[in-house]
Amino acid sequence: MITKRIIPCLDVRDGRVVKGVNFQGLSDVSSPVDLADYYSRVGADELVFYDITASSDGRKLFTDILRETASKVFIPLTVGGGINSLDDFDRVLKCGADKVSVNSGAIRNPSLVKEAALRYGSQCVVISADVKRVDGVFRVFAKGGRENTGLEAVKWISDCVNNGAGEVVLNSIDTDGVKKGFDLEMLQAVCDAVNVPVIASGGAGCIDDFVKLFKTIPKVDAGLAASIFHFGEVKIPDLKRELAANGIGMRLVEEM
Amino acid sequence: MTAIIDYGVGNLFSIRSSFRAVGEDAVVTSDCNVLEKADRLVLPGVGAFRDARKALSESGMENCILDLAKGGKPLLGICLGMQMLFERDYEDGVYEGLSLIPGEVRSIAETIPADLKIPQIGWNGLLFRNKSRLFKYIKEGDHVYFVHSYHATGCEDWTTAVTEYGGLLTASVERDNVFGTQFHPEKSATVGLSILKAFVEIF
Repeated sequence: MITKRIIPCLDVRDGRVVKGVNFQGLSDVSSPVDLADYYSRVGADELVFYDITASSDGRKLFTDILRETASKVFIPLTVGGGINSLDDFDRVLKCGADKVSVNSGAIRNPSLVKEAALRYGSQCVVISADVKRVDGVFRVFAKGGRENTGLEAVKWISDCVNNGAGEVVLNSIDTDGVKKGFDLEMLQAVCDAVNVPVIASGGAGCIDDFVKLFKTIPKVDAGLAASIFHFGEVKIPDLKRELAANGIGMRLVEEM
Repeated sequence: MTAIIDYGVGNLFSIRSSFRAVGEDAVVTSDCNVLEKADRLVLPGVGAFRDARKALSESGMENCILDLAKGGKPLLGICLGMQMLFERDYEDGVYEGLSLIPGEVRSIAETIPADLKIPQIGWNGLLFRNKSRLFKYIKEGDHVYFVHSYHATGCEDWTTAVTEYGGLLTASVERDNVFGTQFHPEKSATVGLSILKAFVEIF
């Protein structure tokens, strides 16, 4: 049976991983290529590279890094950040990305998801939504979670899926960084509304949070996190072993 | 040397890198002369069957690929590239395949329960069927990465592995010098690289 996926997310700015990292066994902990290779070896099922660069020099550096990573790391790579047009899709896909994640770009340009899905296939188009409760309603936020778009999140995500998005990354702003667990209520609402893979993001603080995620919402396909993996607070081999011990399908690898 | 057939479809960068990672010289090409000189061929593919099939026809390489495969040159189809090896495909219509392996490509919806997600995206285990030379270095149950909504049917004689997704889906086939993997070996970590290593060692 298909396994649940564990996905580390690497925020990359000017060619380096941000959010600081603290690792044993890595000579350069802020090198995205080295970190990606490390995660692949310890059993990450997929990687998300998020480009948070503002300058065009930084963007060039990002694609260079992506190309180098894709030449060494043989697990699926999803790339997001600054994806506003089909040209942006083209740019990262040519450098070895398998999937492209759109966030603000899809809010600004509602036809982007549809056009990208037609050209590259739904399997390639990931809708990434930053969602926060406002007066009890799930709202989509833009610009890295700073701006309330007023869009109702579940409907907006469903619309994106109907337009061809093949996967959803749901990032709860309410639980992000709090480390007290994923936003199960929000995830359930989205899982009830769409029939494509849903990746949970925001709030994981410990192994139990992942166990609770997959036990409570069997329709969730993957758990994504950044700093708890980078800081070694949760080690991927330990996490996957514990999930497997709890009856959750996992791909277990022997560390090399 | 392995030639990766470039007809404008698929993540060729990763496929080339994965062959290089197992020590095999690999080139991306749309030149029949290069295909002829190559020791083996890889037919990649993602997206919709109709578009990819059309792109392959228009590439001018189709007859050359067929001649080489029928002449015994090893050919590995990956994902949609595997689906094109069969006789017919039923994705949004009916399309003729390359007919190198008997069988038809049909929606996985005909095999799996309605509540399962389509496409199947993720890592799933291989259940072995007929013996495959590709699996020399891996064991039954090893996980590989799938992204697909269609799969090959009616090809039991050539099926070397299936995967369980609410029903059994064809994961790989092998007929003489023609091989196909529905999953992506180039995205399946060390298990995938081991499969590619076995492929380049066969001939």
